Amino acid sequence: MSAPPVGAVGREHPRLEGRDKVTGAARYAVEYPVDDVTYGWAVPAMATRGRITRIDAAPALAVPGVLAVLHHGNAPRLTPGVDQTLFLLQEPTVHYRGEFVAVVVADTIEAAREGARLVRIDYDAEPHSTVLTEHHPDLYRPDTVNPGYPPDTADGDFDAGYAAAEVRVDATYRTPAYHNNPMEPHATTAHWRDGRLLAHDSTQGSTPVQATLAQLFGLPPEAVRVIAEHVGGGFGSKGAPKAPVVLAALAARHVDRPVRLALTRQQLFGPIGYRTPTIQRVRLGADADGRIEAVCHDAISQTSTVHEFAEQTAVYTRSMYAGRHRRTTHRLVRLDVPTPFWMRAPGECPGAYALESALDELATACGVDPVELRVRNDVTVDPDSGQPFSSRNLVACLREGARRFGWADRDPTPGARHDGRWLIGTGVAGSSYPARARAAAAAATAAPDGTFEVRINATDIGTGARTALWQVAADALAVPADRVTIRVGDSDLPAAGVAGGSMGTASWSWAVIRACEQLRQRLRDGVVPAEGLTVEVSTADEIRGQRPLARYAYGAHFAQVRVDADTGEVRLDRMLGMFAAGRVVNPTTARSQLIGGMTMGLSMALHEEGLLDERYGDWVNHDLATYHVSVCADVERIEAYWLPEEDPELNPAGVKGIGEIGIVGSAAAVANAVHHATGVRVRDLPIRLDKLLEHLPAR
Amino acid sequence: MRAFRYQRPADVAEAVALLDAEPDAAYLGGGTNLVDLMKLGVQRPDLLVDVTGLPLDTVDTLPDGGLRVGATVRNSDLAAHPAVRRDHPLLSRALLAGASGQLRNMATTAGNLLQRTRCVYFQDTGKACNKREPGTGCAARHGQNRDLAILGWSEFCVATHPSDLAVALVALDAVLEVYDPGGAREIPVAELHRTPGEQPERETNLPRGALITAVRVPPLPFARRCTYLKARDRATFAFAVGSVAAALDLDGDTVRDVRLAYGAVAHRPWRAYRAEEALRGRPFTAELAARAADAELAAARPLPHNGFKVALIRNLTVRALTGLAAAVPR
Ligand SMILES: Cc1cc2nc3c(=O)[nH]c(=O)nc-3n(C[C@H](O)[C@H](O)[C@H](O)COP(=O)(O)OP(=O)(O)OC[C@H]3O[C@@H](n4cnc5c(N)ncnc54)[C@H](O)[C@@H]3O)c2cc1C
Ligand code: SF4
Repeated sequence: MSAPPVGAVGREHPRLEGRDKVTGAARYAVEYPVDDVTYGWAVPAMATRGRITRIDAAPALAVPGVLAVLHHGNAPRLTPGVDQTLFLLQEPTVHYRGEFVAVVVADTIEAAREGARLVRIDYDAEPHSTVLTEHHPDLYRPDTVNPGYPPDTADGDFDAGYAAAEVRVDATYRTPAYHNNPMEPHATTAHWRDGRLLAHDSTQGSTPVQATLAQLFGLPPEAVRVIAEHVGGGFGSKGAPKAPVVLAALAARHVDRPVRLALTRQQLFGPIGYRTPTIQRVRLGADADGRIEAVCHDAISQTSTVHEFAEQTAVYTRSMYAGRHRRTTHRLVRLDVPTPFWMRAPGECPGAYALESALDELATACGVDPVELRVRNDVTVDPDSGQPFSSRNLVACLREGARRFGWADRDPTPGARHDGRWLIGTGVAGSSYPARARAAAAAATAAPDGTFEVRINATDIGTGARTALWQVAADALAVPADRVTIRVGDSDLPAAGVAGGSMGTASWSWAVIRACEQLRQRLRDGVVPAEGLTVEVSTADEIRGQRPLARYAYGAHFAQVRVDADTGEVRLDRMLGMFAAGRVVNPTTARSQLIGGMTMGLSMALHEEGLLDERYGDWVNHDLATYHVSVCADVERIEAYWLPEEDPELNPAGVKGIGEIGIVGSAAAVANAVHHATGVRVRDLPIRLDKLLEHLPAR
Repeated sequence: MRAFRYQRPADVAEAVALLDAEPDAAYLGGGTNLVDLMKLGVQRPDLLVDVTGLPLDTVDTLPDGGLRVGATVRNSDLAAHPAVRRDHPLLSRALLAGASGQLRNMATTAGNLLQRTRCVYFQDTGKACNKREPGTGCAARHGQNRDLAILGWSEFCVATHPSDLAVALVALDAVLEVYDPGGAREIPVAELHRTPGEQPERETNLPRGALITAVRVPPLPFARRCTYLKARDRATFAFAVGSVAAALDLDGDTVRDVRLAYGAVAHRPWRAYRAEEALRGRPFTAELAARAADAELAAARPLPHNGFKVALIRNLTVRALTGLAAAVPR
């Protein structure tokens, strides 16, 4: 075992499962062949708030092939108090339009769908409130904001600092509801056998799904197995168990046959979570050179009456830039809407849109270059916690990004560049995302033939996590990677946390590396027995013992847009992201995470918007033909680069996580570029053509 | 989804007979619109008569220089056809501005013209819609109506027709060849779609059971001096927020003839006759183009969320015509 490590980490490698995916061999949650399978179809509530007074299942049951209609009157009982959003088919209460109130089970998917159409449900409807406003009478301060931050912070005296500042910016930014829309909908195949539940679920973490199902159904965790070998995206919306897995398990128990249940695209707009709309007021007070003295970020968002989810919108502002006098607040209102949830960089993403836009407004007000302005407001200790940073390369990202983008000769005058009918502009924004890790377990086995198997219940939601862990494992074992196999995506494997918070690779690789190191240690002592040699480790103690430091990844986003002077249409010419995110395990998959995040930020800036109809209380553009996301043609040129960054205070792999940092500053960079192109500052996303058209000079 | 039967007739007469015999039957083209609506429960035919096997899939040049486009020619094939690109490039441009490559590979000429509105309330059986269910009301009238009509709407329905191809065909005075239980007949494309009036569920003037067999596009000497401008919410794969089809013929500086039609502004493709009238016989200037657009749009009654469409269409008209005027050899 003394051969030098082959060095898989840091090398480009395509996804291990890529071929299986493009050839269709990889199976997703409702694609596993199952004998005697049935199909479930979820029935959404058609009232916005109220009670079900009557359910008539007869017309549905009359459809040939329909086996059962489950609802609160007949569904198996769940344990209350586990997760109220999953306490489904238990009560006649309707909390929001679209809440699942029944499931139809049939021999074919078509019969199930037809049955679902025919279930007759009467409601006793009550008045509802579904629109977030800054003057909503029911605004309140939550106890904490996601995932556990204090709702409000204050340092110094913001009011005095702001009043005394030479230059002031006071602007309110609005973002609409965003819907995660992974390619694979939330979907489950559930079977019960001998009192045990097996679920193939489309989730970002089957360990928590297993735990939750066990609690809901009153089972020991060992009686539940959840498999999520391949997952077609989640963007946060599959970061916790969601309705389909509970509905499928209830239905399978009820009909005593396996049940497949997948949500439709329309059903993804709400019940599985979405990014809350936000209303954000940002105030910046600075000296004439743009040095921030006072900063305040007041964020308003919504939650449901079922469960509190408080987006940490203003948290980004706590640690990003300088300013002696600082204040952040979060207010929430419980509306008759589905519960908002995680969507790629919850908090940081909408918050950075507001703060990084306000910084652009400050740059204009001070006449300071927006890159330079950010450099001037860099900090050496985290202004929020007072802790030193494990590493902070924001300025390096800004400088190197500006160099690559060709920022140097930029004329700051808004609305001054034309190319025919196009108005041209460029914009910049900073970005950061916490570099965290959570405890995980992993096992590594050496076989007598010199091969190894590494097991961890990590989840690969299409990011390349499996491949990265395999590379890390090979290096930790100091063997060529082709002698290593990696298994993920099964709750029977050693427990690990969800793919979320950009902590997947950091957390999982930590456990994988420790398992592999220990195995190597054990192998030094002797030969591998015939049955193989296995070690299993947990990183819980090590993670608890981490030094208290501020750990963040950083980035700088640059965008160039053109705006059609006749129509107000905005198109992206190019976008460049420069990141400092620790070590990069696999450049191929890292790059696609980064440009994916950047594209999603573009989509947020220009395209995405859940259009609520207040009278019904749901989003009316609930499909991908009307809820626009950026498509390939919207991204003419996109580049992501990273700085070499060695940070010994992170984790054994030295990674910071790259799943979310790509989106954080992206929307602001685009919005700032639109302002530079047109002189028009649109403060409510998305920047649709009609919002610009009314401000562009008549032709 | 309602269970349905499926038939592939061998000829036009059989197709029409099959449909005629069945009150709830529908013709199936590429299915890119109908099948979606069936899944959503918006349309519930019990018999699909698949017409894509009928011998209606060719594009022919007619002796007078016009074109006959078979009803089942796929949008991709039509857009790429050499005769179309040569004689009626407006059709190619309008088609290629629409949908996506995959959709255009499936979509047929007739299916494109008869695709239903994209009004989001129409597509959701949980919402009030006079078009889907007469008498239930129009949720869009006081709901989310940014994408809907500014011209020709009624209190009963404010929907728009979404086809790009139809706008081009209306500009070109195309004529439908139709076969119905009463025999063959012809209908100008401009008379195919109706304004909603009190019966938004009646979208076309086609007789019941009518099968579109072809679209005839007459020759137009200045057909190559044309443009199709489409404003949309992303670079591609989006329906028009507003569109303009234009062809211009100048005699020196004077407008000898002009064709102008608007998309995404009304329940039908909107031929801008008033604007054409204001242009014909006058020396062309950008101001004239603007005045002509204003003349057409004087009748516009924007909804709460779509007032911008007036300026949008006006700007697109000016750009389209000034661009064509500049390009015309003098
Ligand atoms: C996401 C998306 C984006 C799109 N974007 C655009 C766009 O930007 N611009 C645009 O123009 N279109 C767009 N489309 C619409 C697309 O062009 C239409 O769906 C397509 O043209 C319909 O053709 P089809 O042959 O598939 O029709 P089908 O779905 O088969 O049929 C549509 C209707 O026509 C009837 N029909 C079909 N053939 C005949 C016939 N020969 N005689 C009589 N009746 C017939 C059917 O009964 C049905 O009522 C988009 C569609 C989608 C899904
Ligand atoms: S505009 Fe027309 S299609 Fe839309 S809801 Fe009203 S009646 Fe229905």
